[in-house]
Amino acid sequence: MAATGAATEAATGAATGLEVRELEVRYGGAVALAGIDLRVGPGEVVAVLGPSGSGKSTLLRAVAGLEPPTAGTVTWAGEDLRRVPPHLRRFGLMFQDHALFPHRDVAGNVAFGLRVQGLPTAEVRARTEAGLAAVGLAGFGARSVRELSGGEQQRVALARALAPEPRLLMLDEPLGALDRALREHLVDELRALFARRERAVLLVTHDHEEAFALADRVVVLHAGRVEQDDDASTVWSRPASAFVARFLGYNVTTAFGTRVAVRPDGLVWSAAPGPAGPGTVAVTVVDRTFRRDHFRLRVATAAGETLDVAVRDAGSPAAPTPGTPGTLTLVPGAAVALT
Amino acid sequence: MTPTVRARLGTVLAAAVPVVFVAVLFGYPVAAIVGRGLAPEGTLDPEPLRRVFTDPALRGVVWFTVWQAALSTLCTLVLALPGAYVLARLRFPGRSLVRALVTVPFVLPTVLVANAFLAVGVPRSLGAILLAHVFFNYAVVVRVVGTRWRNLDPHEAEAARMLGASRWRVAREVTAPALRPAVVAAATITFLFCFTSFGVVLFLGGPTRTTLETEIHRQTTRFLDLPLAAALSVVQLAAVLALLWLVGRSERRAAVPARLRAAREIEHAPRTPGAWVLLTANLLVMTALLLVPMAVLVVRSLTPPSGFGLDAYRALGDLRRGSTLFVPPLEAVGTSVRYALAAATIAVVVGGLAAWAGARSRSRWLDGVLAVPLGVSAVTLGFGFLIALDEGPLDLRGSAALVPLAQALVALPFVVLLVGPVLRSIDPRLREAAAMLGASPGAIRRRIDLPIAARALFAAGAFAVAISLGEFGATTFVVRPDAPTLPVVIARLLGQPGEAAFHAAMAASGILMVLVVVAVVVGDRARVGRFGDF
Repeated sequence: MAATGAATEAATGAATGLEVRELEVRYGGAVALAGIDLRVGPGEVVAVLGPSGSGKSTLLRAVAGLEPPTAGTVTWAGEDLRRVPPHLRRFGLMFQDHALFPHRDVAGNVAFGLRVQGLPTAEVRARTEAGLAAVGLAGFGARSVRELSGGEQQRVALARALAPEPRLLMLDEPLGALDRALREHLVDELRALFARRERAVLLVTHDHEEAFALADRVVVLHAGRVEQDDDASTVWSRPASAFVARFLGYNVTTAFGTRVAVRPDGLVWSAAPGPAGPGTVAVTVVDRTFRRDHFRLRVATAAGETLDVAVRDAGSPAAPTPGTPGTLTLVPGAAVALT
Repeated sequence: MTPTVRARLGTVLAAAVPVVFVAVLFGYPVAAIVGRGLAPEGTLDPEPLRRVFTDPALRGVVWFTVWQAALSTLCTLVLALPGAYVLARLRFPGRSLVRALVTVPFVLPTVLVANAFLAVGVPRSLGAILLAHVFFNYAVVVRVVGTRWRNLDPHEAEAARMLGASRWRVAREVTAPALRPAVVAAATITFLFCFTSFGVVLFLGGPTRTTLETEIHRQTTRFLDLPLAAALSVVQLAAVLALLWLVGRSERRAAVPARLRAAREIEHAPRTPGAWVLLTANLLVMTALLLVPMAVLVVRSLTPPSGFGLDAYRALGDLRRGSTLFVPPLEAVGTSVRYALAAATIAVVVGGLAAWAGARSRSRWLDGVLAVPLGVSAVTLGFGFLIALDEGPLDLRGSAALVPLAQALVALPFVVLLVGPVLRSIDPRLREAAAMLGASPGAIRRRIDLPIAARALFAAGAFAVAISLGEFGATTFVVRPDAPTLPVVIARLLGQPGEAAFHAAMAASGILMVLVVVAVVVGDRARVGRFGDF
């Protein structure tokens, strides 16, 4: 096996960047991560997506070297990092709660990693200012970190993590606690920052919109195991398991015969009883919610299954009220078969 | 009255109780003795004060007092800081027991410890003084600094590591600045204790080593030179106040943000060989320095001349003919416990009010007021009690209330240290949420502040019991001869000739230690984990 693995690596030239193999982390008896395989190449942005408690943060900490794995390996460009302490890995980590140093001002925080490298003062100062400017905080250097807003703290933490030019940048819920407008703004900024540098980026999040907006590749984590590891668009269009499908907002249903996953916009609602046959099912409306550009109906089949369906018909402002009977039709090609 | 005015008034009233308590029971007696010494005829006589600074012998005393305290503090920090880390951040079996055992020396009576040291074979010397001061104050550093250490955000150190800082660099640039306020606080308390230490210097220093405290005692009891004793007290008090003022000015302590953290974020089992070495080395230091002297007492108590066994303990039930005791020593157990419970109740009520008032105001002056008794000689205080509290409405001579009041005064600063941070750390949004749910300010105090503080108050009470059980300096002046406490009985037994008395003293010490350990363990169990400054 080992020989085959090495051969594959040589063939694909994959011995660059981060490679995690068979990683396992246990806390006492509890398994936090098990059998994790993960690769992040230079220039690649990978998002680990999962609900809280799925082991996302533990994965980052294990890669960082802050949490000793109970089994498995973490390598960079083929070098085993088991014996490399966190501060010599040249990885950056942005904490969810920022973990800014309260006893240093903004510049002192950003400069920390540069000073530790022993760079000349003038260079430290110049790169600190450039780093702050890059996150839109030029001139904030002398401020106390205690008087910053949440968004500003986020940017300082980002500038601090980026300043020493880490070869792998890790972000724990990078947009976690920010308001919606700020998040959308920061998504663009982060993408620009990621694109500008030939750097591997590994971020974890519980928000799939954030994962798809930021990452090239998405790894879905569930209960300490990888459920799916694919291109962002593949994960979105072809969820590999019922868990991933539900997590992304799909309906998982057997109403149309075999078990399939189908998005709310992969179903068509009609108030008239339609032709009975494959791809249709009779339902009753249970609930409806307004979703900016569409209505979301929750409907129930005769068998008691509930499904979500998007109604985008702008011509009929009166969306059906609870109790209305109707028919659901499957949009051809919208169903994803689940094994 | 607007709600704001009413709230202010409540805070002022709450602050008034501890201020009056300290003023009457501490300020007034100390002022009385100082006044009688410095202005015996009603006018100030500066001559004694001048003598303190011109007489070479007395200048030597002042100088020795300062540097032995500084050196003791330094030794304590060097030995106890690694211990604080080990007990705060490493997980190992028996840790809570070790934590409790390490605290016991702090509340043991000096007279007892001095004898334990002599029994182990430590000769009277400067080294003995330093060793004993470390013995007493190890717990101060472990508790004050250790608590802070557990409160540090572990992510800050990890963030520094991820930015390329080595462990050593993280310790220097991230951990040390964050620990600084706690280290300064612990060093200040330790310095004050060593600066005013009495029993240790008296029993272990030998005749040539004199501090201000022992000199005050000598001038008062031996030479009856009350003016000079008063002048020395004034110098001592001025030094203590100056130190507290300096520390208060340089350290504006911010309330530690109370974030709940999983234990595994804060502490871990030793993983590296270095961690094992650190753990082992510190456990060895604790054993040699703290546990051996205590163990010697227990062993001595179990090996009376009649052979190994509980004879010495049984003998405590008898009142031997010709002894200077008025009651069987065993009665002192009940007396001690009753006094300690009363003292703890007073300290918790007064200290709780002080902590509550302190939490509502931004300034820390109240903490300062309550810390002053820490740094004042028990001798001065005891004589002050005798002089001041003997007439008018404050005629408490012979009153049984005097003992718990004196002990409560000694325990008060620790109650504030334990309860204050918990109250300060209550998220104001909890109160706002309660108000939005319709709770009146009174209901908020009753239903939010009190339940959260209750555990801290209980823990502080248990610690106050432990301190009161061991209190000797002030108690010995005010205790009634026929109702002695355990430390007083121990001192009396040690003052008697004969093997039997010695072993009885050891047995009484054994009982005292068990009581103190129980109080400390009960208190530590009740603590809200990481909160509190002590």
